[in-house]
Amino acid sequence: MSADYRLIDSTLRDGSHAISHQYYADDVIKIVQGLDAAGVQVFEIAHGDGIGGSSFNYGFSAVPEKELIARACEVTTNAKIACLLLPGIGLADDLREVNEMGVQVARIAVHCTEADITEQHIKVAKSLGMEAIGFLMMAHANSPEGLVEQAKLLQSYGADTIYIADSAGAMTTEDVRRRVNALVENIDVPIGVHAHNNLSMAVANSIAAYEEGAKNLDGTSAGLGAGAGNCPTEILAAVSTKYGIETGVDPFALMDLAEEVVRPLMPRQQVIDRAGLILGYAGVYGSFLLHAQRAAERYNVPVAEILLELGERKVVGGQEDMIIDVALELVTKHAEQEKAGKDTTA
Amino acid sequence: MRCAILGSGNIGTDLMMKLMKGTDASGSGVTPLELVALVGIDPQSDGLARARRLGIEGPHEGPDWIVDHADDIDMVFDATSAYVHVAHAERYKEAGIVAVDLTPAAVGPKVIAAVNLTEHLDAPNINMVTCGGQATTPMVYAIRRAIDLLPYAEMVSTVSSRSAGPGTRQNIDEFTKTTSTALREIGGAQTSKAIIILNPAEPPIMMRNTVFGGLPEGTDHDAVIESIYAMEKDVQKYVPGYRLKNPPVIEEGPYLTPGGEVPHRAVVLLEVEGAGDYLPPYAGNLDIMTAAAQRIGEAIAHHKADQKAGA
Repeated sequence: MSADYRLIDSTLRDGSHAISHQYYADDVIKIVQGLDAAGVQVFEIAHGDGIGGSSFNYGFSAVPEKELIARACEVTTNAKIACLLLPGIGLADDLREVNEMGVQVARIAVHCTEADITEQHIKVAKSLGMEAIGFLMMAHANSPEGLVEQAKLLQSYGADTIYIADSAGAMTTEDVRRRVNALVENIDVPIGVHAHNNLSMAVANSIAAYEEGAKNLDGTSAGLGAGAGNCPTEILAAVSTKYGIETGVDPFALMDLAEEVVRPLMPRQQVIDRAGLILGYAGVYGSFLLHAQRAAERYNVPVAEILLELGERKVVGGQEDMIIDVALELVTKHAEQEKAGKDTTA
Repeated sequence: MRCAILGSGNIGTDLMMKLMKGTDASGSGVTPLELVALVGIDPQSDGLARARRLGIEGPHEGPDWIVDHADDIDMVFDATSAYVHVAHAERYKEAGIVAVDLTPAAVGPKVIAAVNLTEHLDAPNINMVTCGGQATTPMVYAIRRAIDLLPYAEMVSTVSSRSAGPGTRQNIDEFTKTTSTALREIGGAQTSKAIIILNPAEPPIMMRNTVFGGLPEGTDHDAVIESIYAMEKDVQKYVPGYRLKNPPVIEEGPYLTPGGEVPHRAVVLLEVEGAGDYLPPYAGNLDIMTAAAQRIGEAIAHHKADQKAGA
């Protein structure tokens, strides 16, 4: 049976954020086996911030990601393998390397207003015979018309599919509908949506995207991912089935993977706590969450204040260094307030 | 020393405005550089019109003009693109014109003004790395000189979308590769990584740079911090808007860097405010390049003058 949309699983990429990039080969093998058993056609594997993301700024991988990618390529019996790459963090040379290992899909991710930095990388992916997916992050921060303009650039460079990513989990269903609709109307290649769950909208937004004509949807097992997590694939598959939408994957096999393999790996369940909700509310890049929590502990300032200030500053994905900057400024601000408070009581 | 600027875009025009002031890069002396022309390829460009208004030549014959005027100029500041620089670097050399290359072409040895200013004064071609490299390599070097061995250094550069031109955008890999190499070759790190992020916020953000240095067991943290503050002052000598946005901090890990596991890291949060000579102050990324180019050009000019006097 042919699927009505293509499900791309990102447990081994976006999920990596939630475990601070501490995947080991055994985890990768078990997850790949589970994805294959469920009939997933494409899965993505890389550091959470894409190939080359292992760094002070984003966190070092426990195991070099290329070793893990190589294992995934060896183990999979069914799926095509995708890698994410953010120009400015990873290199076109990295694409060449992973393509040799067997990676067939390159997802080139960029902030939703900066599509013109992807030309080099999309063209390299195409020259290697890979499928190239242009991936516009923080899509809530651009208008439907603005996204169409950016998508046209990606299309002109050769992108085979164009995604919008709700990286901050900040979009309502209406926001998603307007954006997908504009893209489907104006862009020739298939459209995809990558949802996050900070406002508890990930599954609903994914279904809405499908109804507007999106042909690709992203998710992760058990919602493992940045911020309050991604669109959980097992739930998306179950809900799709109830809507009569053919997914081509086995929802029960995805439930098994989530319950028996992924949940036991999780240091914390993927709940929408205060910090996660603030990310969605303030439109802050989801993968800042754990970094902000660490800075909050280290400098003894409230995580909510850090996230709200990052939202005020309009930081984009990749600016994790600004979390330290904001935390240090809050330390100064609080010290001054305390001093002022003492002065007035004196 | 007679010089010309090639490339009449943002960087070339900003450098022209700096050189036309007549003061040197420190702002306190007289520049030994005599600007003869700003050379472009588009006769209608704003930069060339400004050049003519300022009383210097503003031809639009590009690299050919430079080579044809080898008798009139001793130095060219190349503010075109890596591709154009690579295509013509050999011609400048043959014509006996010293090239100060502001593109990431990396034809000649790399110079970071605050670190190895006097190392390649006789080279026919000097490469200025990248704006992020000029901003962060000094801090990597500052950390390195305070310890025996710096296993790993990393820089993250965020520039406003408006100040990132088409050259940077089409060759973003060149930026990160060239910058990362400078962190090792000039900064002294054993391993390195460079990251660039574009931020479209309005009003535009000022250039931000963050340097992380992996600190091995037994590092004297106070010495590292002191060295960082000293370097801030050194760079401010030619880029007044270069500053530590927050005090440098040492954070506890451990961190599994490519250069081995380290117990701590130094975090240096920098901001660069441009001098506003041609570009608005938020474009500190361009300002640090033009200010460093002037500094390097002047060092070469003084060196050649000394050689002449000595001969």
